[in-house]
Amino acid sequence: MQRGTSRALFELLSSMRFAISLLTILSIASVIGTVIKQNEPFNAYLNQFGPFWFPVFDKLGLYSVYNAPWFLVILAFLVLSTSLCIARQSAPMLREMRHFREHAREASLRQFGHQASFAPALEGAAAVERTQAYLARAGFQFRANPRSDGTLVAAKQGSAGRLGYFLAHGAIVLICIGGLLDGDLPLRIQIWAGDKQPTTGNQLIASIPDSARMSESNPSFRGNVFIPEGRSANVAVLAVGDNILLQELPFTISLKKFHIDHYENGMPKRFASDILVTDDETGESFEHTVEVNKPLEHRGITLYQSSFDDGGSILELVGHSLLVGETGKLLEFKAEVGEARQIEHPKFRYTLELTNFRAFNIEDMGEGGNATETARGMAKLQEHLGSGAKTPHEKDLRNIGPSYTFKLRDEAGQAREFQNYMLPIVQGGRWFMYSGTRDAQSDPFRYIRLPLDEDGRIDTWFALRQMMFDPENRAEIAARFAARSFGLDDARAPMRDALAQTAAHTLTLFADRGYESVGRFLESTVAATEQERAADVFVKILQGLAWEAWALARERSGMMPLELNQARAQYLNDTLAALSDSLFYGVPVFLQLMSYEERQATVLQATRSPGQPLVYLGSLLLVLGVFAMLYIRERRLFVLLKPNEALVAMSSNRKAMDVDETFQRHVDGLRAALGTAPTDSTLAATDPVRGS
Amino acid sequence: MDIAQPRPSGPTNLPPEALPPQRHWLRQLGTLDWLYALALVLGAIFALREYGDFMDVYDKGILILHVPILAAIGWHWKAFRPYLAAVTVLSLTAITLYHGDLARAEQTFFLKYLISSQTAIMWMSALIFIATGAYWLGLLARSDFGDRTGTALTWIAVVMGTTGLFVRWYESYLVGPDVGHIPISNLYEVFVLFSLITALLYLYYELRYATRKLGAFVMLVISAAVAFLLWYTFTRGAHEIQPLIPALQSYWMKVHVPTNFVGYGAFALAAMVGSAYLLAERGILASRLPALRVLEDVMYKSIAIGFAFFTIATILGALWAAEAWGTYWQWDPKETWALIVWLNYATWLHMRLTKGLRGAVLAWWAVVGLLVTTFAFVGVNMFLSGLHSYGAL
Ligand code: HEM
Repeated sequence: MQRGTSRALFELLSSMRFAISLLTILSIASVIGTVIKQNEPFNAYLNQFGPFWFPVFDKLGLYSVYNAPWFLVILAFLVLSTSLCIARQSAPMLREMRHFREHAREASLRQFGHQASFAPALEGAAAVERTQAYLARAGFQFRANPRSDGTLVAAKQGSAGRLGYFLAHGAIVLICIGGLLDGDLPLRIQIWAGDKQPTTGNQLIASIPDSARMSESNPSFRGNVFIPEGRSANVAVLAVGDNILLQELPFTISLKKFHIDHYENGMPKRFASDILVTDDETGESFEHTVEVNKPLEHRGITLYQSSFDDGGSILELVGHSLLVGETGKLLEFKAEVGEARQIEHPKFRYTLELTNFRAFNIEDMGEGGNATETARGMAKLQEHLGSGAKTPHEKDLRNIGPSYTFKLRDEAGQAREFQNYMLPIVQGGRWFMYSGTRDAQSDPFRYIRLPLDEDGRIDTWFALRQMMFDPENRAEIAARFAARSFGLDDARAPMRDALAQTAAHTLTLFADRGYESVGRFLESTVAATEQERAADVFVKILQGLAWEAWALARERSGMMPLELNQARAQYLNDTLAALSDSLFYGVPVFLQLMSYEERQATVLQATRSPGQPLVYLGSLLLVLGVFAMLYIRERRLFVLLKPNEALVAMSSNRKAMDVDETFQRHVDGLRAALGTAPTDSTLAATDPVRGS
Repeated sequence: MDIAQPRPSGPTNLPPEALPPQRHWLRQLGTLDWLYALALVLGAIFALREYGDFMDVYDKGILILHVPILAAIGWHWKAFRPYLAAVTVLSLTAITLYHGDLARAEQTFFLKYLISSQTAIMWMSALIFIATGAYWLGLLARSDFGDRTGTALTWIAVVMGTTGLFVRWYESYLVGPDVGHIPISNLYEVFVLFSLITALLYLYYELRYATRKLGAFVMLVISAAVAFLLWYTFTRGAHEIQPLIPALQSYWMKVHVPTNFVGYGAFALAAMVGSAYLLAERGILASRLPALRVLEDVMYKSIAIGFAFFTIATILGALWAAEAWGTYWQWDPKETWALIVWLNYATWLHMRLTKGLRGAVLAWWAVVGLLVTTFAFVGVNMFLSGLHSYGAL
């Protein structure tokens, strides 16, 4: 009974059916892993799947499918099943490879799909000899068996194809084992058995305890080494879920310089790190440049150019006030990217976290609308003839200068993220300062565009903002606006006063939620059919008010009045749009970058992969095996030489059409070798349709 | 298979004194074969002398390796030789006409309307469509003329397409010496490659099995690829030569990508033969199509060759990944889908070889296999993000 069960289990595990089920499950599991983005921060999943499904998928290991226990179990079963399959097949296959089957009975030969017979001119020993000569030359191995019904010469070729089976299937086992050695498993076993405890990522390296450090002898790992220019590092960071472990390296890497080269069109051309490696043990050091596709191997650890980052650039920042009633620069300071600092003010407190800085931003600033879109028919085809170098639409790739990202975290811990550009960017012939904001990492940045004044500064916009939003100025601006519309004539005072009132109201509305509150007001008070016209009126009023605000601001600071012209009208429109957007900026301060000292950092990946030689060997064997199985054709040819008859039969392990041709060739060849007796009439032909 | 007839074998009907001498396969080659090989050697020497400065050691190695490979292909498949000769002549003509000046693509009649890269690829596209029509005419009207036209046009189309790629290669160096690279680096270029390889594989089997009736089916999938290519050119301007981003600057790319496309091309071919099988099996067009067992054989042969090449390609991809990204396998969506494709065809082969499965199931499977393959080829780039995003649509 016992034996019976294990036998049945063996049969099941080594069966084709089981293997195919495994392959199917493996494929489906792999698909899941490509549909759900793997190894993202947990927060991203929480946002994506919501609080109900998030923990369910987490339990199933769907955020890291390929390291999930159940996935590894499937792989293990595949290894087991393939090994058992090899074990089960090896005896019959080896027998098959060795044996000639020279005892095959005549009756069974006549059952072969490929068989033919003819009366040879030669007989007896001469015929046997001639047959053997033919077979030898045709590349067969053979064995002759003289027996009562004649002599059977049994021949075979291409038995090596069977070796292909062992090579290919053995290779699968090798590759899987090598892959497991290089995967997550060794690390997990060490965590579990070696008392290691992953820790959170946001702390100083020096303060990470020994329990979260892996020793140099760790046989298998893959981690990132972050090195700012001019600094060095001797540890790699290994990610374990949302936490980390530190991997000690047997050498110290110093980054001398990190390079990013660009092509003329702005695409990146080269990422390279000039490093100095100092061996801990020997104290010797050497220089090397690691590039994408040009890794460095040292002491069994391979270093790759993986990515890059800011390495603590120093930024000089100025904070402009967005508070009503408080003008000018609130803050002025220098800060290092990567550091967090408090921003203190009587009215607010924030933590500023400077997260990144980029000195170059190459963007397509083309504004569309060109020949490609208008061409039709033949003209369009013409555009696509010629060399492949032709640009289909005019791209305007430009370096738009440095940008930096930061978060402002309020006292409740809520953070808002910003991306600002240092230099103004031209759009439609006008220049703007860009600043993007967003609440969540998954949202795109929404940009506010502050128009530059005639001196190329943003100060006028801030002054106008103060004027427009400070309730203290409302009455004055409205009065000036009304006066400009109706003059100072007493006769028109009622109309003037009414307009001033409307204007003041408009300002109040606009200062609340910008165009949004103006729009709401229109919707609730004006009939639908009139709304469009009314909106025009309101916009005109706002433009007029902004112009007055500008004039007032200049007057107060003792500057000459301005003439209204088209450019200034456009400036007012842009100002109003930015004013409206600024009400949603979320923080009361606008940071402007005045100057910077860049310091880049490289991120190298350090790996030790003990399984790699196994995988590579397995790959080689796999290729050899697959080719052997598919292209070495195993053939068995039987020639039964009887008095007056030669019976030829052939079998093959692959039932393809070329077997028919080969058989025919051999039959013809044997006929030629043995000659045909005058009375020959062939007894049987093959049925090529069904093959052997 | 005419062995039922008695055959006279000499006046005395005695066996010959000795077996006819068997000649070594090299001896079976004729003068033309050797001239062909000589031309290949000279061509390689010419290329090394003329363009050696642009090649590194690996490039030169691969170039030299091409001599025996192309010789073997040409010896085994004679029709390959005029194809190669035509491509060589046209490409060299284009290069000569260019005089190292890209602007001449607009000024020289031959370049502008025949053999600058874009024009040549447009010719290929048009010819593929017409050839498809001709094959269908041949199939439906039982017209031998239609079939022959289809074959001829397909050959001209692959000549134009291959020339287009070679000229594009040259043009890329004219854009800038640091930009120059082999044109198999983005989705546009590999679609051209796919069309060429599938067409060549088909042309090979057409001769091997002496049937032109499958052209109607196989050319459909090539036409679909070409239609995509045109859409991609006209709406996205995808044909513009772009420099290589750092991850792609590797000699692995030059072997990985073409190997992969032999796989894709063969799988596509198998799927189209599979659909012909499914129709014929239901009696549709059965009298016009080759016998079922021929269809089955072609299907098996092309899946086998596709599988073998796909295996190599996936391994080459892993070797490349190890160098560029530091890990030979990291379950990036593109890698994972390649594995799925591979497992799918491995299962297909097992079903046929170990379970002896035949017929409609395998044909359906080959058709569905093409859907999986297509997803791995373009779908991943469209719907899933990952490290292979340089092929993004
Ligand atoms: C990832 C897993 C596997 C892969 C990729 C794989 C691949 C292959 C390939 C490519 C062939 C050659 C088909 C041909 O000759 O045309 C083959 C044949 C074969 N496989 Fe597998 N195989 C796998 C697992 C298994 C397992 C688990 C078994 C055992 C049940 C098995 C049993 C066989 C047998 C018996 C043959 C036929 C060998 C012959 O007749 O020469 N395979 N396999």
